[in-house]
Amino acid sequence: MIEAVDATLAAPITPIGKFRGEPVLELPQDLYIPPDALEVFLETFEGPLDLLLYLIRKHNLDVLDIPMARLTAQYLEYVELMRQKSLELAGEYLVMAAVLIEIKSRMLLPRPPATAQDETDPRAELVRRLLAYEQMKLAAQRLDELPQVGRDFALVQVWVEQAAEQALPNVNSEDLRQAWLWLLMRANVNQHHRVTRDQLSVREHMTQILRRLQDTKFLEFTQLFSPELGIPKLIVTFLAILELVRETLIEVTQQEPYSPIYVKLTHGLTVV
Amino acid sequence: MDSPSFDLPEVKRILEAALLTAAEPLPLAELKKLFDEEVDNDTLRKLLVELAHDWAGRSVELVNVASGWRFRARPEYHRFLERLNPQKPPRYSRAVMETLAIIAYKQPVTRGDIEDIRGVVVSTNLIKALEARGWIDVIGHREVPGRPELFATTRQFLDDLNLRSLTDLPPLEALGQLVETVAAGAQIGG
Repeated sequence: MIEAVDATLAAPITPIGKFRGEPVLELPQDLYIPPDALEVFLETFEGPLDLLLYLIRKHNLDVLDIPMARLTAQYLEYVELMRQKSLELAGEYLVMAAVLIEIKSRMLLPRPPATAQDETDPRAELVRRLLAYEQMKLAAQRLDELPQVGRDFALVQVWVEQAAEQALPNVNSEDLRQAWLWLLMRANVNQHHRVTRDQLSVREHMTQILRRLQDTKFLEFTQLFSPELGIPKLIVTFLAILELVRETLIEVTQQEPYSPIYVKLTHGLTVV
Repeated sequence: MDSPSFDLPEVKRILEAALLTAAEPLPLAELKKLFDEEVDNDTLRKLLVELAHDWAGRSVELVNVASGWRFRARPEYHRFLERLNPQKPPRYSRAVMETLAIIAYKQPVTRGDIEDIRGVVVSTNLIKALEARGWIDVIGHREVPGRPELFATTRQFLDDLNLRSLTDLPPLEALGQLVETVAAGAQIGG
């Protein structure tokens, strides 16, 4: 789009060129831009300095000796165009317009010959800014031409199976032996527990004891045990007695050391 | 290379394997960790240059950037590689590139400095975009009222543009030359 605009704006060349297939018969005026292109064209400026630079470079004006009247007039026409097109007209454009008009007016004022040498050219600051901007504008173009990672070149990385190695720890025969022993040990422990719980329930024996006491009021401690049924049975019975005592359902008494121990229901309590 | 038993071709192959598999550029200090023996910088550099030479003429090259050494595909093959991944990364706007150029060449600079040169307001989004890319960061504050942030380019910026240091940036046009280009104004205008 911009190329097309430039062609239209270029200095007189015999084949004027075409716009949208239509031959352009008349040489365009300075500011003539095909209406459809205008908006795109104006929006490409990066601000007032960019626009001024464009005008100066386009018309081969000397940056160090800018004809202020001409430049200001052209600049204002562009700004007016932007306004008419309702483009977003940043405040900077208006500030620059004021600066240009101020410079122009100061240059119109006659200067007393005595002070002429001391006084700096009112355009000097504008020229400095224009050149500083243009320097960076060109630097940006060069920078953009540099190859960029991802855009212009790719990085190389060979696949390495690092993750897999990290995820799999080493195992040796000793580890296996340890694991097996531990497994066996755990199996033994489990076996014991299972026997106790499945075959001899403490709570079940508690009930049995209570039932027997219900009938007989009291029993001698040893009568509660049946050694012929095996040690596990003895232990569970003993645990059941302890539990019953803890829950204050029975009382265990002994008159004096080594005398018989008696077990009876807690006073006044009956079992359902 | 103090040890006579040092197998230089093997050292070079180890360097090659490390660089090919690394995700990031590897500096000399990092490459030294590869070896039990102390390998001095000069030897490493010499071997790296040799290695780069060994890869000459291939589609992949060993380059030295700000963060260290790394392999990259040669840029001339990028247009082919792009076909495998047709999503083209967008180019940055002129506003972004001009801001980046000012930060790169004039750093450290404040937003005000950038605005002075460009003559327009620098949007926060633009600065954020460059920060998000990891190309610029805040390296301090100027001790003036408001304590504005001072921006500078990062090492990643240099890496991503395949540069070793800021001195590798394209040289600025001298201001004098800019004045002389008046005659050739047409090519700058657009």
